[in-house]
Amino acid sequence: MPPLSPPSAAPFDPSRPYALHPQVALRPESFGALAYHFGTRRLSFLKSRTLLAVVQSLADQPSGLEACRSAGVPAEELGDYERALGLLVDSGMICERVA
Amino acid sequence: MTVVAPGTGTRLVDRFERGLDAPICLTWELTYACNLACVHCLSSSGRRDPRELSTAECKALIDEFERMQIFYVNIGGGEPTIRSDFWELVDYATDHRVGVKFSTNGSRITEAVAARLAASDYVDVQISLDGADAEVNDAVRGEGSFATAVTAMERLAAAGFTGSKLSVVVTRHNVGQLDRFLEMADHYGAQLRLTRLRPSGRGADVWDELHPTAAQQRQLYDWLVRRGEEVLTGDSFFHLAGFGDALPGLNLCGAGRVVCLVDPVGDVYACPFAIHDEFLAGNVRASGGFTSVWRQSDLFLELRQPQSAGACGSCGHYDACRGGCMAAKFFTGLPLDGPDPECVLGHGEHALDARGDIETPRPAPDHSSRPRQVAVALTSSRHGAPGPAAIRMPTPDRRPDRSCDEHPLSGYAPGPVPTAT
Repeated sequence: MPPLSPPSAAPFDPSRPYALHPQVALRPESFGALAYHFGTRRLSFLKSRTLLAVVQSLADQPSGLEACRSAGVPAEELGDYERALGLLVDSGMICERVA
Repeated sequence: MTVVAPGTGTRLVDRFERGLDAPICLTWELTYACNLACVHCLSSSGRRDPRELSTAECKALIDEFERMQIFYVNIGGGEPTIRSDFWELVDYATDHRVGVKFSTNGSRITEAVAARLAASDYVDVQISLDGADAEVNDAVRGEGSFATAVTAMERLAAAGFTGSKLSVVVTRHNVGQLDRFLEMADHYGAQLRLTRLRPSGRGADVWDELHPTAAQQRQLYDWLVRRGEEVLTGDSFFHLAGFGDALPGLNLCGAGRVVCLVDPVGDVYACPFAIHDEFLAGNVRASGGFTSVWRQSDLFLELRQPQSAGACGSCGHYDACRGGCMAAKFFTGLPLDGPDPECVLGHGEHALDARGDIETPRPAPDHSSRPRQVAVALTSSRHGAPGPAAIRMPTPDRRPDRSCDEHPLSGYAPGPVPTAT
């Protein structure tokens, strides 16, 4: 049975490696994706396909920042995407990867 | 629900109105059999339907949910735990990454069941209760049902299950008890869920007497503005958005767009509050299965088209309430492109007055165990075969001059809401 809120995690650090939480499922949709956390029962909406691509590439990239770059996020939008990843860390959807 | 930008300027709600590849939230009534006979039952449950999906058919449907990545299903009924294969199906779903939240009256939550539930990450429980005391609850749900529900909550809490749901349909008689419900939920480590009373199923028979008055709607809205972040509402009360600020949630009718209902015989309806041929999109037993019904049925494709605001087009609040609940309008005999019967500006009441005393659409099918509290007109059943008489209008015990006679996203909003953009 789920905890009502995810355990508090350290804030997102773009220089560190991340991955989708093992209890999270991603469902691509035309607008982006739905992410559902089976542990916390929380649903998140990823509001762009690029963000989906970033999240999908996290596990294969050495850092959050590299995941953004590999997914083609333009330099001027990096700040927006880092904030988005920060929200996903806060809600437990993605977590720091133990390299 | 959290909305994570960056993204395009299109509002998510506009995307949802055009439908998704799979529902966000799917309600699956497993059986029409029930050991209670709640007067407002939106599925008119009581007797098991002999055509109920078999265990194998249910598992095949779960396989389909898995392929469509439907993250979780809201299982209800009837009383779903009555099915002898209930736990087998719950285990099958969770083994296939389809989470389960099931609604129950609590009668089968033994200590052993509570312990089993507490050990699972993928199963959530929702206990139905419609009064903060036995008097108010039992009048609607039947004698002894308050004690049964409270015992179930006690057992869940004792087993260490936190975060279960205490699910309340807001009525004229319990709208003053919302703080007490919240205290009860806190006491049992549960979360309060409030939903709207719809004139669906047997609810059509009692809606006049049970739906909150206009003054109570305001009281409910103010309470939700104050405490709404602490409770789940399944986006149930978007028709109240006309009072001012939008309430937490999407404020969208999700019928056929992001939600739908699968009934015990596999019929797929637009939403849990619309069990009627008018909102029947197809059956999972047909070739193509559920996927085809969801993606290609005429009804669902139509519901995903831009809807006319109709009579509400000139109202400044239309963007907030979107005309309210389709099912509430339908079952009160109001046009679907007009105001909700509980329109907070009073347009619904006017529409009901103007409508006069027409014969409202009868919810069907009816699986009530006992004759409903309507006069029994002894007509033959639909196919003319002998058998139990179909219970139809007229309903002479309803006030002939009554001033009147629906989520969707039901069970949705799994978390405190939005950091929306």
